[in-house]
Amino acid sequence: MVNAANLFFQFLDSFAFIVLSAIGLAIIFGMMDVINLAHGEFIMIGAYGTTLAANAGLPLPVAIAIGVVVTMVVGLILERTIIKRLYERPLDSMVATWAVGLALTQGARIAFGNSLSSIGVPFGAITYGEFSYSMYRVLLSGVAALVLVGAYLVFTRTEFGVRARATIQDADTAQAMGVETDRMYTTTFVIGSALAGLTGALYAPTMAIVPGMGSSFLVEAFVAVVTGGSSVLLGTTLAGGTLGSINALFSNLYGTFMGKIALLFVAVLILRFLPGGLSGVVTDLRERLERESV
Amino acid sequence: MTDGRLGRREFLGSSALVAGTALAGCAGGGGGTTGGSASSSDTIKIGVLEDRSGNFALVGTPKYNASMLAIEEINANGGIDGKQIETFAPDPQSDNQRYKELTRRAIEQEQVDVLWAGYSSATRETIRPTIDRHDQLYFYTTQYEGGVCDRNTFAVGPTARQQLGMVLPYLVDEFGPRIYTIAADYNFGQLSADWVRVLADENDAEVIGEEFIPLSETSFGSTINRIQEADPDFVMSMLVGANHTSFYEQKASSGLDVPIGTSTAMAQGYEHRRLEPPAMANIYAGVNYMEEIPTERNTSDGGFVDRYFEMFPDAPYLNEEAQTNYFSVYMYKQAVEQAGTTNQEEVKAALESGISYPAPEAPEGSEIRLDPETHHVHHHMWAMRADEDHNVEAVDDRVIEEQFLSNTVDCDLTQEDEETQYTPQDYFEEAG
Repeated sequence: MVNAANLFFQFLDSFAFIVLSAIGLAIIFGMMDVINLAHGEFIMIGAYGTTLAANAGLPLPVAIAIGVVVTMVVGLILERTIIKRLYERPLDSMVATWAVGLALTQGARIAFGNSLSSIGVPFGAITYGEFSYSMYRVLLSGVAALVLVGAYLVFTRTEFGVRARATIQDADTAQAMGVETDRMYTTTFVIGSALAGLTGALYAPTMAIVPGMGSSFLVEAFVAVVTGGSSVLLGTTLAGGTLGSINALFSNLYGTFMGKIALLFVAVLILRFLPGGLSGVVTDLRERLERESV
Repeated sequence: MTDGRLGRREFLGSSALVAGTALAGCAGGGGGTTGGSASSSDTIKIGVLEDRSGNFALVGTPKYNASMLAIEEINANGGIDGKQIETFAPDPQSDNQRYKELTRRAIEQEQVDVLWAGYSSATRETIRPTIDRHDQLYFYTTQYEGGVCDRNTFAVGPTARQQLGMVLPYLVDEFGPRIYTIAADYNFGQLSADWVRVLADENDAEVIGEEFIPLSETSFGSTINRIQEADPDFVMSMLVGANHTSFYEQKASSGLDVPIGTSTAMAQGYEHRRLEPPAMANIYAGVNYMEEIPTERNTSDGGFVDRYFEMFPDAPYLNEEAQTNYFSVYMYKQAVEQAGTTNQEEVKAALESGISYPAPEAPEGSEIRLDPETHHVHHHMWAMRADEDHNVEAVDDRVIEEQFLSNTVDCDLTQEDEETQYTPQDYFEEAG
């Protein structure tokens, strides 16, 4: 028997997890064709920054901000030294970022040991009948939605966004028209890193803080990016919604193991039958409607 | 080339690749003492393969540390039979492939007299064939699901039946007979859950639900809801690894306060020190050892805890397996001195003669015994409870003998050589 309230909260939790895992990776891959295999480690850096700041006594929102800033700095350094040589070379960027990821993981282990003291989860529980759900995890779905909306506004309503999209569409023409494409790429990478850091910062209170923690986000991140399709924000949103509901439904009925299997199975189906991904379906629909209205 | 035959350039290229790969394969292996010679007649060579990086670094490092502590103490007191101990101890990095390579290297090149290796059951089962092929004397010191009846293996950590058998009857008495099991989804978790069923049957209790959770899972919202729906009297938790630690944090933030009995939490990963209270409140660990157990040998001035932190002042915790590594080195010393040689077959015979040792887990005046027939230890078990402030205290303790191999399976390595792992499913209906 499916308890509707349980399923609703589990869906929100799943949606948040998938969207927040994927958004940083999606932006970097969607905009720059760079496959950042150190994505999990960026999440880890955000979590570590937040945890260290919170354990030093700072309030949680400040600690989260610090976690994000630290990740942005690391992202900036990485971009200026390694990534900028790898634009539009996805295979090479995979190897390089994989190596960076290994170095960051072991570096964190050497610098901070095998584990940090965790920070407690704020806000307590929503109780309904015999059940309860962590309010914090549910609120994260609101944060995920805000991130998506915010990214949409930045990329469509601001001048920076227009220039960024011009660079993605046709870098040479954009450069000819005065856009500093190098600066665009750097900024985009930093934004992607910041979002990954935000994910780590937000989830840090609910997880154990160990150097390898980033890997628990990777499956959802890559699956969401791949099934999302070429439109970054639309794809991530649709992937979060679709995969999140499948995962929540099967977890609710049969357990977390079946939930994960179902998520992966649906991803395989999407890849097989919708080569353009989920956002590809929407863009196709839109084109068809436009053609028919002409 | 279009004619299908291998052109010269391709041939040179591919043979270079093959040669390079072959050389790379030979170069493998990590630190530790160099030199591939056997121990000379005046030293004893001990192999210690414990994870100090990778997924199991948190629990592997204390095992390594405690082995080194025992070895240093023994060397400082004149060694074993007057011979100093030297070690071969590279880091297997929580990688079973590296474990296979390093085990082979330890046995074939370094020719260690005795080997300690591995944290997880998966690791042990990966290297046991190599160990059996070479009849290498091997100590496995992690708590595990039980059932290994192997002439070369001395599995001296507590078994699931001992650990769960300590905490489950206590919880049935305290809270009631309805049990919900959550366990990590691999051999250890599955077999431990089988033991929960067997023990429930023996204690007039009932397992009302089970969930097996993949090791990579970090979101436990649905698991918590399912526990709330089942409304058990208590939960048995055999969750393993850093990802599963998140369960305790999320449970606390959901307000789920059902008592939890465990064989895996607190004693190994010291969650009660790492997580904010009250995440571990009302958790009962069934263990042979934790840093907090109240025996003289453990807590007195100059006791085990003091000596460990003197040698490793930056260590965050003294965990369960560390004590097992520690006393097993001393048991080996006893066996070698009794046999008068490091010859592995004779040492194994000496280990089968009824060794006992005053380990820190045992209260003053008692010792723990290594069972000759099964190569397991009759442990002094403790039920340890954490309260809302994460203070840990003992609520019950007694000696629990190894029962599965001794009584149910009739494993007798003094009479018959074997190299098998037995599972409860083959012997108990309740295990499914």
